[in-house]
Amino acid sequence: MNYTVLANDMVAEQIYMMKIQGDSSSVTAPGQFINIKIDGFYLRRPMSIALWDNASLTIFYRVVGEGTKQLSQYVTGQQLDLLTGLGNGYDITVASGQRVVLIGGGMGVAPLIGLAKTLSEMGIVFDTVVGFNRQQEVYGLKQIKPYTNRLMVATVDGSLGMKGMVTQAVEVVNYDYYFSCGSENMLRAVHTLPLKGQLSFESRMGCGFGACMGCSCRTLTGYARICVEGPIMRSDDISFNEVH
Amino acid sequence: MTDIAQEGITMNCSKQTSYNSILTTTIAGVELKNPVIPASGCFGFGYEMSRFYDLNLLGAIAIKGTTSQPRYGNELPRIAECPSGMLNAIGLQNPGVKAVIREELPKLRDCYTGPVIANISGFSVDEYVEVASYFNQTDVAILEVNISCPNAKDGGMVFGTTAEAAAEVTRAVKEVAEKPVFVKLTPNVTDIVSIAKSCENEGADGLTLINTLLGMRIDPRSGKPIVSIGAAGLSGPAIKPVAVRIVYQVATAVNIPIIGVGGICCCDDVIEMISAGATAVQIGSANLINPYVAKEIIELLPAKLVEYGIDSINECIGRSFR
Repeated sequence: MNYTVLANDMVAEQIYMMKIQGDSSSVTAPGQFINIKIDGFYLRRPMSIALWDNASLTIFYRVVGEGTKQLSQYVTGQQLDLLTGLGNGYDITVASGQRVVLIGGGMGVAPLIGLAKTLSEMGIVFDTVVGFNRQQEVYGLKQIKPYTNRLMVATVDGSLGMKGMVTQAVEVVNYDYYFSCGSENMLRAVHTLPLKGQLSFESRMGCGFGACMGCSCRTLTGYARICVEGPIMRSDDISFNEVH
Repeated sequence: MTDIAQEGITMNCSKQTSYNSILTTTIAGVELKNPVIPASGCFGFGYEMSRFYDLNLLGAIAIKGTTSQPRYGNELPRIAECPSGMLNAIGLQNPGVKAVIREELPKLRDCYTGPVIANISGFSVDEYVEVASYFNQTDVAILEVNISCPNAKDGGMVFGTTAEAAAEVTRAVKEVAEKPVFVKLTPNVTDIVSIAKSCENEGADGLTLINTLLGMRIDPRSGKPIVSIGAAGLSGPAIKPVAVRIVYQVATAVNIPIIGVGGICCCDDVIEMISAGATAVQIGSANLINPYVAKEIIELLPAKLVEYGIDSINECIGRSFR
């Protein structure tokens, strides 16, 4: 499907925000992802959707290799080939009546932006804890702030907010349920919290729509494709000794 | 992508009748309305792709490789990107033949009525025979015996690397099979023609050429292979010339039909492969990048044949050496 780049700007060190114009009708829940074809690269790049409206999608990405470097050079008006609305997304129906916290780390903060907006629109009050390695890599606070009750920031080096990991900043007694996205190490730590919740995983993918089994993982309820049955998994369904 | 597809639909509607016959091809007695078949392993069990287009457009569908018992496959990462292609080491993940027949085939039949090719894998001759026997009781049209999977230890490819082992599996499956049997061969051999001939001698009804080429990528930072098991199967446009060469070599040496597969992603690739001697083609990795690719090719193929002055697929088969 054809899309058009509306904006592609560096918002933190090596981190870009790209706004893309085009059909967003297949996006049904926060936490879903798009799969982007980048000129000159064979496989698509899966990226979580941060925000979407009727005619546009916004993603955040970090330049980590040649593909994302190329993506960072796309200019306004340039065409993009995308598959959108992939993956299951967060199940927010369970959030009602719960004391909810969003926990995000690094690039995992991106899907929490759309989640925060959706929860807020449902009238759910929640707190948000986000973590980054250091201040230069911080992004997304401006986008989350209008929707969240408290917004707590942690950096590993202490250059902004609390020094330490996000899980150290979560005061678990205040919450019943979490929605989380971040590195596997962060998710592993989140999973040890005495709370239930949903975690978003990432993986190298062949297709992003369930055809190749390139991103299968083991769960407590059977095998799951991160691209179809995921990327959001429930904490009850996974064991970090089993996943990957 | 969208523009091409729409153009194709318009064209197809206006010339439906004449195009039907131009694309028809027959493999081992099974008539296909066109020569385009999604390859095993790149199209799930088929129904997963029905959200993209009406699968009944396809010539046939080759479903995910099936073993006797359920298999999880290899640990992640199973995928690595390459210039003009990809490496995969899925490791024959599948729910086992009984679950495939009980759960997956009915789901495919809910959205697709055309010919199904069951891809069968095993770790022993007995396992191939067992899986083939189960599929006898189904409506699949063709059995594709995969003796070429490079990604499962002690399985698949070991049977495809010598003429003797290939002959043994072919003979055993042919004894029980009530469907036409195609043998899918690996290119990771020194003399594929001798292996192809031994399959033909044992009664194979056709050959699928080729499976992936063994490759490896190493992460320059860590110095370790990217894919969990090290070596993995290379597919995509990078391997197309190898596939074309092998189809050509084998087609000029055997008298059974060949399904050509390896790096096909557009009409020209289809025509190239059929000109090399294939009677039909399979599209693999290209589905993963563009899930609409098979539909787009089918819609554009008639006009391409006309442009090149080729009257039909049948006329195209093996024209490189005829």
